[in-house]
Amino acid sequence: MMMSLILAAAVSSADQGASLNIDWLGLIRASLSCASILTGIFFVMAGTLGVLRLPDFYTRLHAAGMTDTLGAELVILGLIIQSGFTQMSLKLLLVAFFLLLTSPTATHAIANAAYKAKLKPKLGKYTAPSIDGDGS
Amino acid sequence: MRYALILAIMMTVAWLTLSGYFIPLILIFGAISIAIVVWICARMGILDVETVPYMSLPKTLSYFIWLFAEIVKANMQVIKAVLSPDLKVSPTMVKIPLNSDEDIAETMFANSITLTPGTVSVDMQPDYILVHALLEEMSAPEDFKDMGERSAWAVGVKAREI
Repeated sequence: MMMSLILAAAVSSADQGASLNIDWLGLIRASLSCASILTGIFFVMAGTLGVLRLPDFYTRLHAAGMTDTLGAELVILGLIIQSGFTQMSLKLLLVAFFLLLTSPTATHAIANAAYKAKLKPKLGKYTAPSIDGDGS
Repeated sequence: MRYALILAIMMTVAWLTLSGYFIPLILIFGAISIAIVVWICARMGILDVETVPYMSLPKTLSYFIWLFAEIVKANMQVIKAVLSPDLKVSPTMVKIPLNSDEDIAETMFANSITLTPGTVSVDMQPDYILVHALLEEMSAPEDFKDMGERSAWAVGVKAREI
């Protein structure tokens, strides 16, 4: 589906009736933005998996932090590449900037609340329980 | 006066970015709104460095570029730990001494720590930050010392030796 999207963007400016005229700049832009968005989605998915797998509250915060730094920023970068030099890009840049300011503040507020409520963090080494163990 | 001018410029940029209409009526509305907001801020007596945290742009930009490289590196470590089948993590709590008494430098430092995946600042104390790290090798004090010096430099505060 991504492939057809890139191709559609590339040949959209081809002249009618003339020979196939590929818009190389559009092709590069579409592929770059697709690559950026897909990498961002990969980071978001890995972060989600981390939230599900990690053992306690504090460690899960780290996985959640991964989604809102690199994941969200890469998706926004992809959208900026797609929209080019327009006003929409400036707005997206503003969104990226605010995300960079607010997400660590929110993470710190949650972690601090848990600490103030005396939630004990699990410290020391941790390995996932083996799946072919006692079946728990 | 200087803070009022900077606040007005920042709000003008924000207005033009978000509105996108360049017809006289809307521009006049924008100018009136900005004037009212600056007047209210001045009346409340909150026109100071905390409301208008202007800093030298090249320093802050180069700091953010360095920080972004650190974020990418730390992301790789966390993603490797999370996706490995046996999920080897070693959560650690570590006290990081603060190298400045300025609020803005402390905020920048703590926010940078939290922004880097794998480390979260849990508690702020007058002379140290309590940091929770996902992996033991992420809690090395030298790395934090480096980040603290750089973040103090980025906001133009002189860091003290720790």
